[in-house]
Amino acid sequence: MSEKTILKFSDETAAIAKKIVARYPEGRHKSALIPLLHLAQAEFDGWLSVPAMDCVAEFLSIQPIEAYEVASFYSMFNLKPVGKCTLEVCRTSSCWLNGAEDIVRHLEKKLGIKEGQTTADGMFTLKTVECLGSCGTAPMLQCGGDYYENLTLEKTDKLVDSLRAEGKARVYTNDNPVNID
Amino acid sequence: MGKKILLANDHIEGIRFLDTYRKHGGYASLEKALKSMTPEQIVEEVKTSGLRGRGGAGFPTGMKWSFLAKPEGVPRYVVCNADESEPGTFKDRYLMERIPHLLIEGMILSSYALGAKTSYIYIRGEYFYVARILEQAIDEAYAAGLLGKNILNSGFDLDLHVQIGAGAYICGEETALLESLEGKRGNPRIKPPFPAIAGLYGCPTVVNNVETIAAVVPIVNEGGAAYAAIGVGNSKGTKLISASGHINKPGVYEIELGVPVEEFIYSDEYCGGIRNGKKLKAVVAGGSSVPILPTELILNTAAGEPRLMSYESLGDGGFATGTMLGSGGFIVMDEDTSIVKNLYTFARFYHHESCGQCSPCREGTGWMEKILHKILHGHGTLADVDLLWDIQSKIEGKTICPLGEAAAWPVAAAIRHFRKEFEDFIRNGEHVNDVKHYYRLNNLTAPIN
Ligand SMILES: Cc1cc2nc3c(=O)[nH]c(=O)nc-3n(C[C@H](O)[C@H](O)[C@H](O)COP(=O)(O)O)c2cc1C
Ligand code: SF4
Ligand code: FES
Repeated sequence: MSEKTILKFSDETAAIAKKIVARYPEGRHKSALIPLLHLAQAEFDGWLSVPAMDCVAEFLSIQPIEAYEVASFYSMFNLKPVGKCTLEVCRTSSCWLNGAEDIVRHLEKKLGIKEGQTTADGMFTLKTVECLGSCGTAPMLQCGGDYYENLTLEKTDKLVDSLRAEGKARVYTNDNPVNID
Repeated sequence: MGKKILLANDHIEGIRFLDTYRKHGGYASLEKALKSMTPEQIVEEVKTSGLRGRGGAGFPTGMKWSFLAKPEGVPRYVVCNADESEPGTFKDRYLMERIPHLLIEGMILSSYALGAKTSYIYIRGEYFYVARILEQAIDEAYAAGLLGKNILNSGFDLDLHVQIGAGAYICGEETALLESLEGKRGNPRIKPPFPAIAGLYGCPTVVNNVETIAAVVPIVNEGGAAYAAIGVGNSKGTKLISASGHINKPGVYEIELGVPVEEFIYSDEYCGGIRNGKKLKAVVAGGSSVPILPTELILNTAAGEPRLMSYESLGDGGFATGTMLGSGGFIVMDEDTSIVKNLYTFARFYHHESCGQCSPCREGTGWMEKILHKILHGHGTLADVDLLWDIQSKIEGKTICPLGEAAAWPVAAAIRHFRKEFEDFIRNGEHVNDVKHYYRLNNLTAPIN
């Protein structure tokens, strides 16, 4: 990029961000950094480019480096582009004991990519992650805001197919009510 | 049937919502406290209850509360630790998802008791939908005058907020959590000062686990003495256990502390026995950080006493023959489980999660993962087992926070109790388990390919 790209929150996101900043005492607005990086990631294509992080830093009147150093610490922040749906398969003990490795291998075969890669059509990124607090319903994966639990190879196939048909993962924004069970 | 206190109403339809929660006795504790109790009286009840922190360390909650500094004119904070990232643990998620108001009521009570006017629930980022459930419940509570200004006309004001993390186990460590809540990297702080003196924004702060805070509700309602009457020895009350692995009925169970481990594993009230009629091989009883124990030592202590689900009994024998209750993440492994492979997933986890501030932890976790990887891929030597032992022994006590130890203990225990399996693995390799899982997931009975 020769010219500096400048990104700005949409009015809607900026309004949510303002509400978040109001949760902290006077002068402690930096506390909003992680929630705002999440907002930025959701708004700017699922990853945090430098302009996306700059947008957050600007919003909070902090130095850009403060946003970069935080973004690079936490595993949920993507510092590179990802697919429309990121399949994050838990690879820790209980999931592993219940066949998580098979799910990963199966997805690799089905999507024609290796763990860590994105499909050529930009639809899926496959990742393995650490325990997601779903060990009693292992094996499991997370995609967007949703947990998919008690996976079998068949269920995994169905999930991939339905996500492909849907064209995107479901994410929960701060104003979107959750309906479970 | 054991007594249930926290999850007594978890199956009632709609218990997630304020109306139903109140219909079943919800917010009665809060009304009682605000109408008839001083903050000091609540702290006293919590002390009497013998409640110990449910996040892993088991520190007496009443004592922690009484350490909170109260300088004039300085705000105090109550922060709920809902980071829940210890592998094998999913009880807080269950509680928050099912009965969010129980946590909220506990937060209001704790904040009143400790004099906090703003409190935060710090929840791991992956639980975003749970955070939304909490926020919806908080909105309900504000609308009903249970949060905000002049709660239930008592003159007590409280604002409660949910803060989401972004994927970092280390942010469960309380000082890392506070750093994260301040918008920084989750690097644990050097202690002292402890959060009770200088915590969030440098102000006195109490950090407690979700389950600990929820337990304050029944303690206030029924009195500390009633809570202390449940349990065994210094393990008072009930504990949520996250049961997973090769059992018939994985899930979250509320137990009265003191239930025999054997009953917990085999009774239909709890885990329902080992899946597919297999034999038990080992258990990690309190989340990934605690020492793994083989069948004979998890069912009975080295002295031959039945092992109980309590802080003391699980700890009996120290690390030589015992373990810890920890977070209550109870991972059960059947006879076909490879201890080496399971340990590798733990080692990889701790390496991934080390914040990197201390060399013994940063480098040690990396080496342990590498060596286990090497063994797993058939390139191990018998000397590697000793090397693993050597590395783990050089971490404990040499780091800023306990993650280093949490990484070392599982390695030490696996070698202590299953050394022969490591040696066999190195000599013969072992690939059986993958194949079996593939059959199970495909519902196949015959090999394919
Ligand atoms: C690496 C590490 C991770 C931790 N993770 C959690 C956690 O996810 N949840 C939790 O409640 N406590 C966790 N703890 C314990 C906290 O530091 C702290 O002791 C606890 O929140 C205190 O609350 P309690 O006394 O109610 O248990 C962790 C500790 C360490 C060292
Ligand atoms: S022990 Fe590990 S996680 Fe804890 S502060 Fe040191 S490097 Fe970080
Ligand atoms: S081990 Fe996979 S969710 Fe806990």
